[in-house]
Amino acid sequence: MLKIKNLKAKIDNKEILKGLNLEIKPGEVHAIMGPNGSGKSTLSNVLSGKKGYTVSGDVTYLNENLLDLEIEERAHKGIFLAFQYPLEIPGVNTNIFLKTSLNAIKKAKGEKELDAIEFLKLVKQKAGELKFDEKILSRQLNVGFSGGEKKKNEILQMSILNPKLSILDETDSGLDIDALKIVSEGVNALRSKESSFLIITHYQRLLEYIKPDFVHVLINGQIVKSGGSELALELENKGYESLS
Amino acid sequence: MDAREKEIEKLKDYKYGFSTDIENTRAPKGLNEEVIKFISNIKKEPKWMLDWRLKAFERLKQLKEPNWQKPKYPKIDYQDLYYYSAPKSMDDKPKSLDELDPKLLETYKKLGIPLQEQARLNGIAVDAVFDSVSVATTFKGELNKKGIIFCSMSEAIREHPELVKKYLGSVIPLSDHYFATLNSAVFTDGSFVYIPEGVRCPMELSTYFRINATETGQFERTLIIADKGSYVSYLEGCTAPMRDENQLHAANVELIALDDAEIKYSTVQNWYPGDKNGVGGIYNFVTKRGLCKGKNSKISWTQVETGSAITWKYPSCILKGDNSVGEFYSIAITNNHQKADTGTKMIHLGKNTKSKIISKGISAGFADNTYRGLVDIARNADNARNFTQCDSLLMGNKCGAHTVPYIKNKNSSSNIEHEATTSKISEEQLFYCNQRGLNQEEAVSLIVNGFCKEVLQQLPMEFAVEAQKLVGISLEGSVG
Ligand SMILES: Nc1ncnc2c1ncn2[C@@H]1O[C@H](COP(=O)(O)OP(=O)(O)O)[C@@H](O)[C@H]1O
Ligand SMILES: [Mg+2]
Repeated sequence: MLKIKNLKAKIDNKEILKGLNLEIKPGEVHAIMGPNGSGKSTLSNVLSGKKGYTVSGDVTYLNENLLDLEIEERAHKGIFLAFQYPLEIPGVNTNIFLKTSLNAIKKAKGEKELDAIEFLKLVKQKAGELKFDEKILSRQLNVGFSGGEKKKNEILQMSILNPKLSILDETDSGLDIDALKIVSEGVNALRSKESSFLIITHYQRLLEYIKPDFVHVLINGQIVKSGGSELALELENKGYESLS
Repeated sequence: MDAREKEIEKLKDYKYGFSTDIENTRAPKGLNEEVIKFISNIKKEPKWMLDWRLKAFERLKQLKEPNWQKPKYPKIDYQDLYYYSAPKSMDDKPKSLDELDPKLLETYKKLGIPLQEQARLNGIAVDAVFDSVSVATTFKGELNKKGIIFCSMSEAIREHPELVKKYLGSVIPLSDHYFATLNSAVFTDGSFVYIPEGVRCPMELSTYFRINATETGQFERTLIIADKGSYVSYLEGCTAPMRDENQLHAANVELIALDDAEIKYSTVQNWYPGDKNGVGGIYNFVTKRGLCKGKNSKISWTQVETGSAITWKYPSCILKGDNSVGEFYSIAITNNHQKADTGTKMIHLGKNTKSKIISKGISAGFADNTYRGLVDIARNADNARNFTQCDSLLMGNKCGAHTVPYIKNKNSSSNIEHEATTSKISEEQLFYCNQRGLNQEEAVSLIVNGFCKEVLQQLPMEFAVEAQKLVGISLEGSVG
């Protein structure tokens, strides 16, 4: 699904990713843990195609050179990023944003777009599964949402868009235990042989609910250690210092 | 790009840019008494109308073109313009649509305004103005049954002189300022609406203004009277071909609302804006003023200004009746080298009068956008209220936005609130939208439509969708 070889990323002449290697196969869940400033958000941004980085290395996604694709093309091909800090867009109704997004992706894939009624039915179902208060969806996108609501909204979007590769950038930070469970359920419901996940987190806590197949430790722009889900526990106990 | 490809690219940018090849009857070039007599004569006007025009012309000679506005423009040679141009086939006014030149029907069809009986827009009566004449007005008969008069200004002058005499120039005096006076002397056509006492107009009334002829100015005159307790919603749309010359559209629009009456006036202005380098485009210098003459009356202006090389207008309300309400909702979008200096004047004369101003200015490319507004509270206007909100959105760093709010307050019981913001579309917002599958243009359109939402909501439903699309289209190519 995704193969990253020697990925480097610079911004303002500052090297942030310093030769990163990672392979994610269909159906796998990978967790990335690492201290603040180690380059986790940079990795998710570079994979989603955000401008402003000088990028080198090879990234293959579904047999294509990912780095050649525009941001929206990557989204059309199934890459989804749950933002660490979801953006507010005043005046834009959350439902309308979601529908525009879903239909843009459907259109790019040559699928039939949903009309308002079909869409609302889908949203109702997904919001129900995530115990997400539908009323929030008629408000302006992320405007005045609590931290938890913003994160849950990202997960709702993820489940509606049904991506192939979902990148979750610290979605668990700042969530209470109930919200954490909901987010985890959202991810687990999407898990399948075809869909993969890259879950960025500080805390082992999330990984109790979403069992990763692999855990990687990112320090100073490089993966310094990889292992199974037991590695997360080890990190929680010993801290990153033991690895750097 | 070869010439054809270029032409196609241009058409994509502005899809109303075609012109209709049609034989015209024109007044001789230039501005003089003979030309004014020519216009009056061809419209078979009574003498009082000609006298009124000539009086305006005399006055014009003493007036100077204003120069205080932000967007400057090269000197206009008023002697080098045609003041009247109309399709020859309109010389003996066709009695029915069947007699109308098929080329004209085709033109309006292409503009999305079918005039024929079977294809008409549902629930919308249209007056179609082509250069200097109204070529057709739909649903006249149906409206007539309710006593509503909806016809061209020229027809109203002939058929309803008592109403025209009473109200024409009663809101915009004959010698108000240079362009208003010029219009009074040479105005050609526009719409006339009268809603009788207690009648709620059952459909949207609209006028579609089309400039087609070259070297011609369009001098529209519109007059809307809502009698006691009546209601009307009116919308105007405007387009013009793409030309390298700048063309002048100097309109006067007067609204009068009597006791308990309400007029909702919406504009979707999409005149040709000029090309990417600022060559060509319409000078849209318009005087629009509404008089809330009766108690509890209400006038609401909504404008979506996306076209024109220069837009210069302040649709205003004179709140004379006690408890009357004036509203102004505006979206002004300027891209490339377009310029806008627009806003409103709310003149509070009566007691307990209320006004609300919501202005959304969007600037991209090298464009310049000014909000200029006046809230004027007279000595006797006890308990007057005003709320003003001016928001500017900038795209890129070569464009400009300015807010110039004037307040004159002579009554201490009034309450005036003013809020203003300036923002930019952030890279992060665009990234977020792109990540959700929207391309750059779709993302900008979505964000800008969100920014304009409060104003778009004011438009009649039938036009809101078009306006939303227009907002997106007019900003195409504004982010790299
Ligand atoms: N736009 C930027 N300009 C300069 N430095 C940046 C920029 N974005 C991130 N950085 C730096 O890159 C490093 C990694 O940032 P980030 O990827 O956000 O880390 P993490 O998500 O792991 O906390 C940090 O030192 C941060 O300060
Ligand atoms: Mg981060």
